[in-house]
Amino acid sequence: MDAHATHGAEAAHDHSGPATYFKIGVVLFVLTGLEVGAYELAHRGGTAEQVLGPVVVPVLLILSALKFALVAGYYMHLKNDHRAFTGLFVSGLIIATVVIVTLMLLMSYHLNYNQGLV
Amino acid sequence: MTAHAMEMHTATGLDNRKVAIWTFIASECLFFASLISTYLVYKGRDTAGPTPSEMLQIPLVTIGTALLLFSSLFVVLALNGAQRGNRKALIGWLGATLVCGIFFVAMQVYEFQHFVHEGLKLQTNLFGSSFYTLTGFHGTHVTIGVIWLASIFWTALRGNLPKEKAMNLEIAALYWHFVDVVWIVIFPVVYLMKD
Repeated sequence: MDAHATHGAEAAHDHSGPATYFKIGVVLFVLTGLEVGAYELAHRGGTAEQVLGPVVVPVLLILSALKFALVAGYYMHLKNDHRAFTGLFVSGLIIATVVIVTLMLLMSYHLNYNQGLV
Repeated sequence: MTAHAMEMHTATGLDNRKVAIWTFIASECLFFASLISTYLVYKGRDTAGPTPSEMLQIPLVTIGTALLLFSSLFVVLALNGAQRGNRKALIGWLGATLVCGIFFVAMQVYEFQHFVHEGLKLQTNLFGSSFYTLTGFHGTHVTIGVIWLASIFWTALRGNLPKEKAMNLEIAALYWHFVDVVWIVIFPVVYLMKD
């Protein structure tokens, strides 16, 4: 049997099927609703804004990270696929995170320095 | 480790096309990281408007976000259909994916036109430059994904995508999911943290 031909048979035994994909889809939809809800509450004024305002950014980042992990794990099949693919993707993500943090720190300092703020 | 990965007759035992697309996706992480960090560095440093708070509209983009999330669900269902040899599921879900992708691009075109009409152009201020560059490159990626998936849809319609060739769709689907996860980051960072 051709190596590619085994893929279909293998997929039939994969734990991730349409039912799982639909469940993940519902979770993603709910998480997006929570994101928008958190934003709206944090900008509504009154008690909600006082409570949620200071923590809305970390809340949004956590919700975003959850959605990211669900899509990568289930829809991109990293949960069941070869670990080398996870390694490749995570390597890119780690370097990307370092790039974002480093650039923000360096450029913020540079811009503040030029404006005489440091 | 999947049986499929083990049975490939390559030096690594992995399908070379999957290694290639994952390597490409890893490199794309760096590309979008540079664009996102540039947007964040310049955020709030404009001396003249329009500002993100004045321009960005949450309801429209929330619909676009939902469309991209639905499209990710639809393409994985299409892939499942392709791997099982279910042509009806493959064509139906892939068609739904294309519709969502086209509507997302249309949403972005409408948003850009609206912003230009309101006075925010690429050269207007730092927000305009960094916003259009970041979301524009993402929109370009979505457009490329739509064209790629449309070509596979056409192949499937002609009956030339048997389950033995499901990997062709899997590679395109991985790219499409990546475009989705990039938006999962852009949506809160740019739109929900606009203040």
